[in-house]
Amino acid sequence: MTSLAPGRALGTLGRGVMRGLSAVGRATLFAISALSHMLRPPFYGREFAVALLNIGWLSLPVVGLTAIFTGGALALQIYAGGARFNAEAVVPQIVAIGMVRELGPVLVGLMIAARVTSSIAAEIATMKVTEQIDALVTLSTNPMKYLVAPRVLAALIVVPVLVGVGDVIGIFGGYAVATGSLGFNAAAYLKNTVEFLEPLDIVSSLVKGCVFGGVAATMGCYFGMHSGRGAQGVGRATKGSVEAAAVLILAANFLLTGMFFSL
Amino acid sequence: MQKPGAMITLSAVQKSFGDNHVLRGVDLEIPKATSMVIIGGSGTGKSVLLKSVLGLVAPDSGTITLDGDDVTKADRDAFLARFGMLFQGGALFDSLPVWQNVAFRLLRGSLKRPRDEARDIAIEKLRRVGLKADVADRFPAELSGGMQKRVGLARAIAAEPEIIFFDEPTTGLDPIMAGVINDLIREIVTEMGATAMTITHDMSSVRAIADSIAMLHDGVIQWTGPVAQMDASGDPYLAQFISGSADGPIEAVR
Repeated sequence: MTSLAPGRALGTLGRGVMRGLSAVGRATLFAISALSHMLRPPFYGREFAVALLNIGWLSLPVVGLTAIFTGGALALQIYAGGARFNAEAVVPQIVAIGMVRELGPVLVGLMIAARVTSSIAAEIATMKVTEQIDALVTLSTNPMKYLVAPRVLAALIVVPVLVGVGDVIGIFGGYAVATGSLGFNAAAYLKNTVEFLEPLDIVSSLVKGCVFGGVAATMGCYFGMHSGRGAQGVGRATKGSVEAAAVLILAANFLLTGMFFSL
Repeated sequence: MQKPGAMITLSAVQKSFGDNHVLRGVDLEIPKATSMVIIGGSGTGKSVLLKSVLGLVAPDSGTITLDGDDVTKADRDAFLARFGMLFQGGALFDSLPVWQNVAFRLLRGSLKRPRDEARDIAIEKLRRVGLKADVADRFPAELSGGMQKRVGLARAIAAEPEIIFFDEPTTGLDPIMAGVINDLIREIVTEMGATAMTITHDMSSVRAIADSIAMLHDGVIQWTGPVAQMDASGDPYLAQFISGSADGPIEAVR
């Protein structure tokens, strides 16, 4: 009996790996299908406009608050840390580079995962368990085109804009703290910020926003469309979508940072 | 082989979900312009059978034909344009007002009409199912269960389909509202000349709606025939189901 134990453990491990790989494959095929449906008619303009409003405009308050507090805290940390080796003057540059290259996109991505991915997954999962998805099919409407494509397209377009807004507000948060309580000159702070940032910093920020938006919306749609039955199914779909989106956003951030800045 | 007059034909249809063999070889014919009611206990696969015809569930084996053509090979849009369906819970779209739910098919796709015309049709269909025009601009969540069923019925008939499916049309309704829905279904099917397929375990619905019935048990059609012969069928399974007795060949605990 004991000789069977390692084999059984290996089998369990193998099945787990296969299940994981299979899920990755299904999600990848789903994302490709979503992209292909974006390019082929019919297009649902109203659903796209509603998605733009929900993902973009209605996310502005949470994105703005996250960015301004993070920018302010970053200024305080850099000032305190820099003081250990007489480098307090680098606050504008580090706040700018920190917000634009890293914290702006990642925090906006995670906020979108929390706010938008969960909302999309819960909405579509509820539609699935109440047979609204089946009803769409019987009404000659493809759910991939009507529910998924407009949301993913809207996220691809509007999340980079949110990241740009978050970057600016974050830098403003650092500026407000630095000039208000750390004794920095306002004009010099802005000059240092603008002169230090390079076009690649901004491009990387916006590209990250686009990728994170696509990941967040796709995970919400994927988990919603593959939800289990009942309230528990909706709950699992929502939780799973946020976990997957957050992890994928952080992994994509690592890869994109390497791609942009390790060359 | 399809018999003359049969519009929908199922031959040896099987469907399993893992170890659960829901359909084990269903053979059934639904003649054109008749109302067929599928009865059977909870969990016997009635909904799976209905969804298999619509292509919402893919059978593992067997064939389903509509007017002699295999439904899996038909043009999907043209095929679905012939159908209307009333779902068990209504399945109304929460984000759309009632009139847009009813006119959903008329606002997009091959049956698209101008918006005003689609709204007028929706209001006419709402009236047909006994709802006033002021319901049109309300949202599904603002309606009672009975009203939601009626809206679902209005949506099912909005594009005047040739075939209408009703999934448990009276579940969750009080006896009076159930009677209203049954009468509406019978009237609408008769006046439209539609072919109807209803699944239910409500015997009052069966008597009000059916021209013929088929009893699904243990994954196969246990008995089928005209509703008038139902009470004298001599089939012990059907007799037990009609009487609602716990004693008989159908196990009470499944």
